[in-house]
Amino acid sequence: MKIAVCVKQVPDATVHKRIDPVTKRLDRSGEGALNPTDLNAVEEALRIKEGQGGEVVLVSLGPEKAMESLRKALAMGADRALLLSDEAAAGSDLVGTTVALASALERVEADLVLFGQASSDGDGAVLSAAVADRLRRPLISQVASLAVDGDSVTGKRQTEHGYDLISAPLPAVIAVSDAINEPRYPSLKGIMGAKSKLQETVALTDLGVDAERVGEAGAQTTVLDLGAPPSRGDQVKIEDDGSAAQKILDYVLERRLL
Amino acid sequence: MRSLVFLEHHGEELEKGSLGVLSKAASLGEAAGVVLGPGAGALAARAGAFGAAKAYACEDEALSAPLPQPRVDALSALVEKTGADTVLFGASVLAADVAAGLAARLDAGLNWDVTDLVLSGGDLVGKRPALGDTVLVDVGWTSSPRLALVRAGVFDPVESGGSAEVEEFGASFSDFSTLATLVEQTQEEASGPSIEEADIIVAGGRGLGSPEAFSLLEELAGALGGAVGATRAVVDAGWYPYSTQVGQTGKTVSPKLYVACGISGAIQHKVGMQGSGTIVAINKDPNAPIFDFCDLGIVGDIHKIVPKLTELVRNRQ
Ligand SMILES: Cc1cc2nc3c(=O)[nH]c(=O)nc-3n(C[C@H](O)[C@H](O)[C@H](O)COP(=O)(O)OP(=O)(O)OC[C@H]3O[C@@H](n4cnc5c(N)ncnc54)[C@H](O)[C@@H]3O)c2cc1C
Ligand SMILES: Nc1ncnc2c1ncn2[C@@H]1O[C@H](COP(=O)(O)O)[C@@H](O)[C@H]1O
Repeated sequence: MKIAVCVKQVPDATVHKRIDPVTKRLDRSGEGALNPTDLNAVEEALRIKEGQGGEVVLVSLGPEKAMESLRKALAMGADRALLLSDEAAAGSDLVGTTVALASALERVEADLVLFGQASSDGDGAVLSAAVADRLRRPLISQVASLAVDGDSVTGKRQTEHGYDLISAPLPAVIAVSDAINEPRYPSLKGIMGAKSKLQETVALTDLGVDAERVGEAGAQTTVLDLGAPPSRGDQVKIEDDGSAAQKILDYVLERRLL
Repeated sequence: MRSLVFLEHHGEELEKGSLGVLSKAASLGEAAGVVLGPGAGALAARAGAFGAAKAYACEDEALSAPLPQPRVDALSALVEKTGADTVLFGASVLAADVAAGLAARLDAGLNWDVTDLVLSGGDLVGKRPALGDTVLVDVGWTSSPRLALVRAGVFDPVESGGSAEVEEFGASFSDFSTLATLVEQTQEEASGPSIEEADIIVAGGRGLGSPEAFSLLEELAGALGGAVGATRAVVDAGWYPYSTQVGQTGKTVSPKLYVACGISGAIQHKVGMQGSGTIVAINKDPNAPIFDFCDLGIVGDIHKIVPKLTELVRNRQ
């Protein structure tokens, strides 16, 4: 079983995220980390591999320094990493990212492609479905538990209404939510071993991707302007002295909320 | 602007969120609704009341399970047939996958998490809070059709009382899009109004101290005619069902009143509830982040305040 896991480097949780007012892109210069739910996808891939053997390949699109974050997943146990890095791919929107990642995935030829549900920076939770369409493979998203059985896969999808058990033949695309597992910490041995694993960085031309379709050139959405979010207006804060319940009631009545 | 609005339904009901998007689209131009799945025709007829002049329905059996990929086939065929320049979705687990699949299929730009849509000199502009809602971005499209996923609950459905001409259409399906199949569906039965529909939500976090303390919130919500919501921390702890989780990995809600009890106000929770009309927070820690974005903040103990408030509300009635 060959499993590809799409992972993304995002600004570390401790970094104050900002959009560069000139390029109107997310400032990725600070400390990076692997996107949190992608760790769940890596963990799930490792568990499948441990159960039935196979190979876990990390696939990513991002700046060259993203390899540092991919190394953490190698340390967890993934076998190798393929990073597509190209100036011309910077500023890709959904379709561009889809085109680029799908090309990289076509080269990997995995039986199963795993995604994290959402990235902590883009937060669209949209990439898995777009890539599935482009690869012409069945999709199960928002998966809270997964079982691979022979040549089919069954996932429990969490929706607003409850759970849907969905089954699909391999090869398939799966997006996992962070409810699926607890990602392991890399062991010291894993960290040492990661250094010698194959870490390949390729450019668009290596994959035969048309540069016109990705990056800013291929983007069909634009950022026009940046502004401050609307403020909530006047705030009242009071310390409870025994009368807070009455004050809350008065407040909501005054605003005709009841 | 000629838009198609994906009207999601659950059982016999059109989702309120997608009807809100339809009303918005109708205020910006010509809007048509589209309902997919067996029974779609009858549901589509209801779109007229929310501003659609036209409603499309595809009753194909391949669309009976709530799975995204066959919907991408149906919608891409409809976009081609109608020449719509805009396709709008109210966010949900299903709609996000349909919108993203359609973007890939049509090679079209998709903006997500849109909280408002305006026409500016003939161009459509989306407002999109980003980076944990710390910045508000104006987004646009450079090609047609323009696709947008609207953040759940930001537009209220407006009943304008019109009627829609319903047109049935057929779709053919790609070989891969019917490979995924629904094996089983388990609904989570929540008692009382669901948090997406409720005008008032009383939400609880770890500050409640125990699952039993949720009964305090249920009583308050009952007295107020509202629903109970929860943070991820208490859902993960098994104190309350996932169907009530508000936030990044739960639901996005926008009631008129949100009462946050023992909730710290982490960014992942905030993104799911900050669209609420009025936010009242009760927390014993004066430095809790929730106090930065609530309207009325009470520094105090929920175990003392909530039962008293319930009693006061009941006495009024
Ligand atoms: C990828 C990801 C996704 C996430 N998605 C979500 C999501 O969808 N929704 C969500 O909610 N969270 C989500 N989280 C978790 C989020 O970061 C917080 O951990 C969570 O919201 C905290 O829940 P809480 O406020 O109940 O608990 P805590 O942060 O522990 O806060 C409890 C609060 O209760 C107060 N308190 C304690 N006792 C009392 C008392 N007697 N009276 C009054 N106040 C009291 C405390 O002062 C404290 O502020 C996500 C996290 C990650 C990493
Ligand atoms: N640049 C990228 N490279 C590889 N995988 C990505 C990239 N961007 C997003 N992903 C994957 O797609 C998921 C959803 O991302 P998003 O749609 O941006 O929220 C992430 O959790 C990753 O698994």
